[in-house]
Amino acid sequence: MTAVTTAPARTAAEPRARFRDLLGAEWLKFWSLRSAPWSLVISALVVLALNAGQAWDHWRYWHQDDMTPARFIANGMPLQDAFTTNAGIAMMIAAAAIGTLAVTGEYGTGLIRVTFTAVPARRPVLAAKTLVITAVMTVFGAAVSAVSFGLVQAILSARHADVTIGYPGALRIVAASALLAPLSALVGVAVGVIVRHSAAAVAASIVILQVIPLLIHASGHVSAVIAHALPFWAWNRLDFVPFDGRDAYPWTFAGAWTVFAVWAAVAAVLAVAAAGWRDV
Amino acid sequence: MCGRLGRSHPDRVIEVNELTKRYGQTAAVQDLTFTVRPGHVTGFLGPNGAGKSTTLRLILGLNSPSGGTVTVGGRPFRSHPRGLRHVGALLDAGDVHGGRTAGAHLSALARSNRIPRARVGEVLDATGLAGVARRRIRGFSLGMRQRLGIAAALLGDPPVLLFDEPLNGLDPEGVKWVRGLFRGLAAEGRTVFVSSHLMSEMEHTADELIVIGRGRLLAAEPLARFAARGTGASVTVRTPDPAGLAAALTGAGAAVQPQGGDRLTVTGLTAMRISELAHRHQILLHELATQNPSLEDAFMELTASSSDYRAGGNR
Repeated sequence: MTAVTTAPARTAAEPRARFRDLLGAEWLKFWSLRSAPWSLVISALVVLALNAGQAWDHWRYWHQDDMTPARFIANGMPLQDAFTTNAGIAMMIAAAAIGTLAVTGEYGTGLIRVTFTAVPARRPVLAAKTLVITAVMTVFGAAVSAVSFGLVQAILSARHADVTIGYPGALRIVAASALLAPLSALVGVAVGVIVRHSAAAVAASIVILQVIPLLIHASGHVSAVIAHALPFWAWNRLDFVPFDGRDAYPWTFAGAWTVFAVWAAVAAVLAVAAAGWRDV
Repeated sequence: MCGRLGRSHPDRVIEVNELTKRYGQTAAVQDLTFTVRPGHVTGFLGPNGAGKSTTLRLILGLNSPSGGTVTVGGRPFRSHPRGLRHVGALLDAGDVHGGRTAGAHLSALARSNRIPRARVGEVLDATGLAGVARRRIRGFSLGMRQRLGIAAALLGDPPVLLFDEPLNGLDPEGVKWVRGLFRGLAAEGRTVFVSSHLMSEMEHTADELIVIGRGRLLAAEPLARFAARGTGASVTVRTPDPAGLAAALTGAGAAVQPQGGDRLTVTGLTAMRISELAHRHQILLHELATQNPSLEDAFMELTASSSDYRAGGNR
């Protein structure tokens, strides 16, 4: 025993508490689970497959549709294929689940008691966890979105129907789709901190991010106001290349970006605040 | 080596003061007041459901009290930005993520408290887990998880240590090791607070006792004094005429409990007196044996009325 303990009167020599140590600990925790890289890789493959599949479809049935490159590009098809709605849904669900499980994996197992005993300052712990997950998912989203754009345009180039990232709207679509990952993960983290149980929290995240927008379309003024406040429809706005005048309830790109920003901010604040004084 | 740290270290005293924790209508802990001092292993005893775990969580600030205060070293534990150098705790060996390796689990904890990486290897060695550091916790037995929890508690080399039922799942060798460890930590002047629902576990581990039942304090005293609480010796008697003997002994002022068949347990009379009385009433005895009171008996006696979950349902 004497080998493991030194004179125990050294609490006075405790080093100053630093936030970056909490970031380091959360970084270690995130990557020390085998499920972390796997869930990222699988999610990326699903998203890429959905987008590439759509592009491949257009390549395959090109002559059947009597398509010309000029018309295809003029209709905004290369941008639509770059990140399809299905891929967006998959990205949101995967990212929300990853964010939720990173939190509920700690609450559900009881590990959170060990964590809060080691670091009684709970809010900094949750802030560090939220930051690490946001950073990982931002890089993940950016990588998937960029690779997807390149892959889709490479497929379409076989029909000379591809565009570059400099094409009007291309960068916006890549950026919005990339940010879908950290945004959904943040919502997942907040729901995880509040709900705590894995299954219930994942279900709640999916209801908030996917089921509610499924039920609320912009079909009237009121529903349009609500729909335009939801991240899924905001992403659709940023991702979609509308034909002018088609949208009965038009909204600006700036409005859609604002929805992204507000949801991310509110989710982050909730995640950190909710850790406060509740018993664990 | 740390004898000089002695007994008067206010920074290591746990003070629980009129602590109450209610969940809805039920009080898990009620008006609990006690002090845990350094230099001893203090046993925290009570039947299942007595409120031991709740009290430990309140000490650590994991749960907030409904009333009263609790401090470690004079301040609420939650006021420390980092905890491992102040209090080490093992609440439940299951409080881990099974998908992580033992090494990763401890490394993340150490990192959060700015504890050098080398310390992780030290506590793994000290708890006998060095060989399984790279294995995922999912495959650990309960005994190995207990060792991992103890390793985590030791990470910050803290002056105060809390353990909730740490002997569960340990093999006899492990139990012996843990007892030695606790005594060693206390001898270094640390505060060691160990809960258990089994008196027999404390018998060879603790020298001070805090006993609670149904959330209330029943006793707080040295183990030796607690042991003296036992009602004194009882005598087991076997006789072909238990009813006759019971009547004779009760008449002489003894308390008699039929144990079924031909067996009686008698308190309040010595074996010699019982023999004399049997002889006088011409009752045959098959067996006459004095039972010495144990610490277990003192504990059972004290907590009998405050057991929440008792077999037999006679509440």
